[in-house]
Amino acid sequence: MPLDYLLTEEQLEIRDLCRDIAKKSVLPVAEHYDRSDEFPWEIMEVFAKADLFRIFIPEEYEGLGLGVTELCIATEELSRACSGITLGLAGTALGTEPILVMGNDEQKAEYLPRIANGALAAFSLTEADSGSDAAGIRTKAVKDGDYYVLNGTKQWVTNGGEAEIYTVIVSTNPERGARGLSAFIIEKGTPGFEFGKKEDKMGIRASATRELVFTDCKVPAKNRLGKEGTGFITVMRTFDHTRPGVAAQAVGIAQGAFDWALIYSKERRQFGQPISAFQGIQFKLADMSTKIEAARALTYSVARMVDAGVKDTTRYSAQAKVFASDVAMEVTTDAIQILGGYGYMREFPVEKYFRDAKITQIYEGTNEIQRMIIGRDLIRTAGEEVYFE
Amino acid sequence: MDFELNDEQKAMKDATRRFADEVLAPAAQGIDEADETNLELVGQLAELGYLGLTIPEEYDGAGLDTVTYAMCMEELSRGCASTALVVSINLSLIADAILKFGTDEQRQKYLPGLATGEAIGCFVLTEPEAGTDAGAVQTTAVRDGDDYVINGTKCFITNASFAKTFLVFASTDPEAGSKGLSCFIADGGTDGLKVDKRFDKLGIRGADVREVHLEDCRVPAANMLGEEGKGLKIALTVLDGGRIGIAAQAVGIAQAALDEAVKYSAERKQFGRTINKFQATQFKLADMALAVDSARLLYLRAACLKDKGDRFSVESAMAKLAASRAANYVANQAVQIHGGYGYMKEYTVERLFRDARITEIYEGTSEVQKMVISSALLQD
Ligand SMILES: Cc1cc2nc3c(=O)[nH]c(=O)nc-3n(C[C@H](O)[C@H](O)[C@H](O)COP(=O)(O)OP(=O)(O)OC[C@H]3O[C@@H](n4cnc5c(N)ncnc54)[C@H](O)[C@@H]3O)c2cc1C
Ligand SMILES: Cc1cc2nc3c(=O)[nH]c(=O)nc-3n(C[C@H](O)[C@H](O)[C@H](O)COP(=O)(O)OP(=O)(O)OC[C@H]3O[C@@H](n4cnc5c(N)ncnc54)[C@H](O)[C@@H]3O)c2cc1C
Repeated sequence: MPLDYLLTEEQLEIRDLCRDIAKKSVLPVAEHYDRSDEFPWEIMEVFAKADLFRIFIPEEYEGLGLGVTELCIATEELSRACSGITLGLAGTALGTEPILVMGNDEQKAEYLPRIANGALAAFSLTEADSGSDAAGIRTKAVKDGDYYVLNGTKQWVTNGGEAEIYTVIVSTNPERGARGLSAFIIEKGTPGFEFGKKEDKMGIRASATRELVFTDCKVPAKNRLGKEGTGFITVMRTFDHTRPGVAAQAVGIAQGAFDWALIYSKERRQFGQPISAFQGIQFKLADMSTKIEAARALTYSVARMVDAGVKDTTRYSAQAKVFASDVAMEVTTDAIQILGGYGYMREFPVEKYFRDAKITQIYEGTNEIQRMIIGRDLIRTAGEEVYFE
Repeated sequence: MDFELNDEQKAMKDATRRFADEVLAPAAQGIDEADETNLELVGQLAELGYLGLTIPEEYDGAGLDTVTYAMCMEELSRGCASTALVVSINLSLIADAILKFGTDEQRQKYLPGLATGEAIGCFVLTEPEAGTDAGAVQTTAVRDGDDYVINGTKCFITNASFAKTFLVFASTDPEAGSKGLSCFIADGGTDGLKVDKRFDKLGIRGADVREVHLEDCRVPAANMLGEEGKGLKIALTVLDGGRIGIAAQAVGIAQAALDEAVKYSAERKQFGRTINKFQATQFKLADMALAVDSARLLYLRAACLKDKGDRFSVESAMAKLAASRAANYVANQAVQIHGGYGYMKEYTVERLFRDARITEIYEGTSEVQKMVISSALLQD
């Protein structure tokens, strides 16, 4: 793969380690967790033992102090086996990011080592009436002495109910819309904090998606991340760092489906030859692989850009996410086609990759929202460099 | 060219639309979850005459034309594509085969049962090693006195567990390859005709798709349909017509997804307005409507040609290719317009997205449609 030439020794090691875990531990149980209602705790333990939860935690908090690139490598490799199971890790990274970008030393010292050692985290922004538009958040936090009292319901929280540590975006000033949002760290078990039912989804079924219900839930003021009103900025900065991760997930899904299609096309014979001998199939495979390489190249160049500390990567993070997720949808659709009737059957995993792929076009901002971000940024910066005199 | 439907066609379309809205659509999600055919609904389809729609009146059918059939397939599929599939197989693949290639006796014996739904049909062609390459069928039929003895394994056979009229393709002359295939009518329940494993599918989970084993299955020689060695020709001929039904099914799925998307976009508010106020949503809906309508016109053209007795293979292949693409494209966009809700099983579009995917695969994959179209282009 072209990417190999850009990875360091350490990054290649992480890739090989994750590939090994994916093959030995994740692949064999992917179908089971797709069908059952259980959470893949056994695999979370494998991830923890392999130090994968340390990847995104700084060294001073018991982590490995690695970057977005390394997390993308792990996410891609593991998602190639099962993106639903991988969300236990990737969702934890998402839930941790607000603490990394906004947390004070005390908050970091309290929560990061726990996560590094395998406690799951979750990120909660969405509500029933507030998806793309975060300004519509209704869950309220009202200051009361050293506490905030929370009321409201958050929706579709990945790792909801399973995670110990939640970073939750609520409104501390409803009149100010997006500028009135604040982020809090809330622990499972806090009185007044309950979980709703688990959602029944098309794909990523190994991942638990639940409601968080707050009823007069008292959260210590010291659990607020950053100042009041910085919730929206926290979210934006979080997504700048995590959207390449969704792109990596999409690349992994596309790769997994492609692997199946390629092998199948060599083995499946019709008209006395392997179907891979037909140009109709060969060109499809060529396009699928080309798209995957392009998505991977964009994903990792953005990941490196973020790791390099470039200030404004919003547009590029959005571009990686939108492109890779569209590629995942196209490639998994084509993979089913290459398997013909067998592609439609659940005894082959390709239909699962197809169901899983769809989510990558929806969450962490729908692809329409990504296009809005990209478009606005293009228009804002147009003309900064004069090229055509 | 005439785009007007006659009164009878209009009346059937409207009645079917009502039935789909009132009966099928409300049941569709339950059928998907139950993962089995709703035989009570199939019974209702039979009672209302859908299973005999295009079968001539002399054989207890309604004797309606292909245009009406296709429009009904669209409307039924808009409600529940799995349930509608029973009609399509019964009429396009089985009844049409017997009408076109059967003897008077065979027609009299089998068409009334197909028309009333007492002996629903199923099409037994595909094998584990013979999908697109239908000529590679390995199931054999060996003459033994007044019977043929059939042996082999078939897969992906829809309607198999409740069908009574099996159209089985088997080789009577393995050395002749695809020219050695013949077609037989076997009654359900015949000794040695074993309906086995049910496939677990991505979508159309209400369709009963199974493995069928033929183990020394004896079929009277009189049940051979058409001439010996003409099996593949029969299969390909009826599949030409079948594709009109699948194209209509795909349009029905697409129309249902478009309807859901239009409705949802008018209800869902973000950024202080309904999402149908955003141009991105509006243009998406416009592209979806274009895909649905152009596919519909293509299947109607193919149906018209068939009714006139003209050749229609290329047109039905085009209709199926365009309609199945439309179904996948539209269902995908409909999920997208629903955002996270579209990913949840509670929402109709989640099922439509899974159902749509089959239309590019069965009754000839999209690649097969392109082979049909291009070989016609290159022939003359
Ligand atoms: C399985 C799953 C897991 C999730 N996990 C999490 C999680 O861990 N944490 C969390 O906070 N959230 C999570 N989400 C929520 C997810 O991020 C939202 O679904 C997503 O942001 C979209 O919001 P929505 O579903 O309300 O769609 P809506 O915002 O209602 O959008 C509906 C449609 O309108 C379009 N649209 C909206 N606004 C515009 C506009 N201005 N212009 C053009 N088009 C527009 C959208 O693109 C979409 O197509 C999850 C969702 C799912 C399904
Ligand atoms: C839900 C379902 C219901 C079905 N119901 C029935 C039924 O009732 N009766 C019945 O007999 N069958 C039925 N089928 C079978 C269906 O018609 C076949 O699946 C279909 O014909 C494709 O065959 P295959 O699955 O073996 O794919 P293959 O033929 O193995 O094709 C694999 C891939 O190779 C491509 N390909 C093959 N040959 C070529 C070529 N020469 N050039 C380029 N590309 C090529 C195909 O397009 C496809 O993309 C059903 C299938 C499904 C999934």
